[in-house]
Amino acid sequence: MATTAARRFGRRLVPSVSRRRFSSSAAGDALQRTQNHPSLNLCSAINQALHIALDTDPRSYVFGEDVSFGGVFRCTLGLADQFGKARVFNTPLCEQGIVGFGIGLAAMGNRAVAEIQFADYIFPAFDQIVNEAAKFRYRSGNQFNCGGLTIRAPYGAVGHGGHYHSQSPEAFFCHVPGIKVVIPRSPSQAKGLLLSCIRDPNPIVFFEPKWLYRLAVEEVPEHDYMLPLSEAEVIREGVDITLVGWGAQLSIMEEACLDAEKDGISCELIDLKTLLPWDKETVEASVRKTGRLLISHEAPVTGGFGAEISASIVERCFLRLEAPVARICGLDTPFPLVFEPFYLPTKNKILDAIKSTVNY
Amino acid sequence: MDLQVLDFPGGKVAFTSKMQFISETSEKRVPCYRVLDDYGQQIEYDCSAQVNEELAVKMYTDMVTLQIMDAIFYEAQRQGRISFYLTSMGEEAINIASAAALTNDDIVLPQYREQGVLLWRGFTVQEFANQCFGNKVDYGKGRQMPIHYGSNKHNYFTVSSPIGTQLPQAVGAAYSLKMDKKSACVAAYFGDGGTSEGDFHAGLNFAAVMEAPVIFFCRNNGWAISTHTREQFRSDGIVVRGQAYGIRSIRVDGNDALAVYSAVREAREMAIKDQRPILIEALTYRVGHHSTSDDSTKYRSMDEIEYWKMSRNPVNRFRKWVERNMWWDDKREVELRNDIRNQVLRAIQTAEKCEKPPLSDLFRDVYDTLPSNLHEQESQLRETIKSYPKDYPLDVPV
Repeated sequence: MATTAARRFGRRLVPSVSRRRFSSSAAGDALQRTQNHPSLNLCSAINQALHIALDTDPRSYVFGEDVSFGGVFRCTLGLADQFGKARVFNTPLCEQGIVGFGIGLAAMGNRAVAEIQFADYIFPAFDQIVNEAAKFRYRSGNQFNCGGLTIRAPYGAVGHGGHYHSQSPEAFFCHVPGIKVVIPRSPSQAKGLLLSCIRDPNPIVFFEPKWLYRLAVEEVPEHDYMLPLSEAEVIREGVDITLVGWGAQLSIMEEACLDAEKDGISCELIDLKTLLPWDKETVEASVRKTGRLLISHEAPVTGGFGAEISASIVERCFLRLEAPVARICGLDTPFPLVFEPFYLPTKNKILDAIKSTVNY
Repeated sequence: MDLQVLDFPGGKVAFTSKMQFISETSEKRVPCYRVLDDYGQQIEYDCSAQVNEELAVKMYTDMVTLQIMDAIFYEAQRQGRISFYLTSMGEEAINIASAAALTNDDIVLPQYREQGVLLWRGFTVQEFANQCFGNKVDYGKGRQMPIHYGSNKHNYFTVSSPIGTQLPQAVGAAYSLKMDKKSACVAAYFGDGGTSEGDFHAGLNFAAVMEAPVIFFCRNNGWAISTHTREQFRSDGIVVRGQAYGIRSIRVDGNDALAVYSAVREAREMAIKDQRPILIEALTYRVGHHSTSDDSTKYRSMDEIEYWKMSRNPVNRFRKWVERNMWWDDKREVELRNDIRNQVLRAIQTAEKCEKPPLSDLFRDVYDTLPSNLHEQESQLRETIKSYPKDYPLDVPV
């Protein structure tokens, strides 16, 4: 587990972000077509969602390491001032304690929004998530549940995070019936999905793409709105190949789509949004149309969630597939520091895979 | 400015020029609070919470019920009628007396050897049997192994097997009581082995920092399956950990029902009034095997077991006291034992005859509603069952 000093490193992660775009307004995104909303970055959008959650439900709580002063990424800024130290508070530096506490709080009929400072540090809480939160309803025959629990954790590459400030551990949690796993791609998505997660009657792990906290800016409606869970979204329509991703990786994939278009390849891009339980139907419908599938994520390729998507789609669309399913993902190494640009599933890796899949 | 004092973020600490390491042990071990001696004789004690006849008889009755239920359910497992069982033999006083000192508004987060707490709250022998047989009226819908009881109406959280996970959860539940300004606390139970888990540390530290009204009740029964406490920790048991966390704590004779009762009563008062956690270490002995999957004579002597079973039996000790008070006699004893025995046997027969939960319960309650993948898997499974009905148990209604 990280020392406090290593965690403080997190505060410096954000301002130095560069060279990275994000997948913002997409065709068909109703939120984006409405004009004249203030522009917010992803961090502020999260902050706004937490603000609304606390404001609309007096039984809601926000807590975690360093949450009180605003959090190392500033996502919880101002919440303690407005809603008081009893509802927004620091916890001891102990992830299993944070999640265990959240389960108990949620089981008493509260909305518990727990922050794990980095997804890399969620593992001490793995037992509480897998053996406790996920099975709480089932094992009690629905007498008890901790559905009010939402665990927020910043995840993913950030340019210089090394082993312990960069990981994408979503696949571990996608193997756990009883929890939901949600990852937003942009500020307006983050706000609507986070509010849905907080109010959903099931425990949820919500991974936030920390590279986009400051970098991703778009118009975000000020009002209280929720986006549906377990519904994927086609954010770019195309006919030659389907690309599936989530979170920050979508922006890289979108760039690859634009480059492929120059070569006359029409790509359909899908944001899965909810990884568990996931929307197979939307991906299947798209692959039935294009006959080709590429999945991309930052996490190591072996045992990644891309493998699950690939297997499921092959089961459903075997005869329709024109080429093997491609996976462009992180390498099967620990997340490296100096070698990060080599490790990552970059645009050109994706572009190459698009071309070879289309020309298979 | 006081130069003899270091004022740092953690407060003011006096300087000393004498280099002295704090000893790993204190000179004397923390004494063990007791009220009844081995002969059931009440020692003078200072406690406002007196146990009157009605309460004493109910406590004794439930201790006997627990004993008989444990013995017969254990046998039922040996006969192959249920798959697993775990007794609370030797810990009847801890179970019943601690429960008696709580109110039904207090939330219980059990480990798994606290069935007596649930019994005290009114969970019937039939309800226990239903869970052990995993039949269709088991509240857990047949999903968990025997002894994983839970009852919402009794404020008793469902048992889960992992050790110590309930401890940080107890703090969250207690924090909710605190926020709701309830006159209630949380009681979280665990064993000596459980104190080695990270969740023990998480729970106690969070409770102290959050000022949560929770009673941490440790049943130090000497053995974690086959692991002796000497191989579990080197501290003077559990009670000394309290101070390190900033938690008030007491060590009590777990085989003395009156002592357990008074200690928990007092702990409850303090937890609620002062809004703070309290740690209780009850010294006792696991007279039974860890579970039906264990043979404890492989790692401990019969003499040791016999000593605790006979000489230090908490039920016998309490009976002596109740009899001294002329609240109990042999005639009532015989009647009670016969009555309970018949009740338990009937409950087993009824639970055994009851059909299993329907197949649909396999898929329900994973989430609040059924997601599409589970819909799909349910219909696939039903097709398979149609093709191969003999592959599946006949007593589960499809």
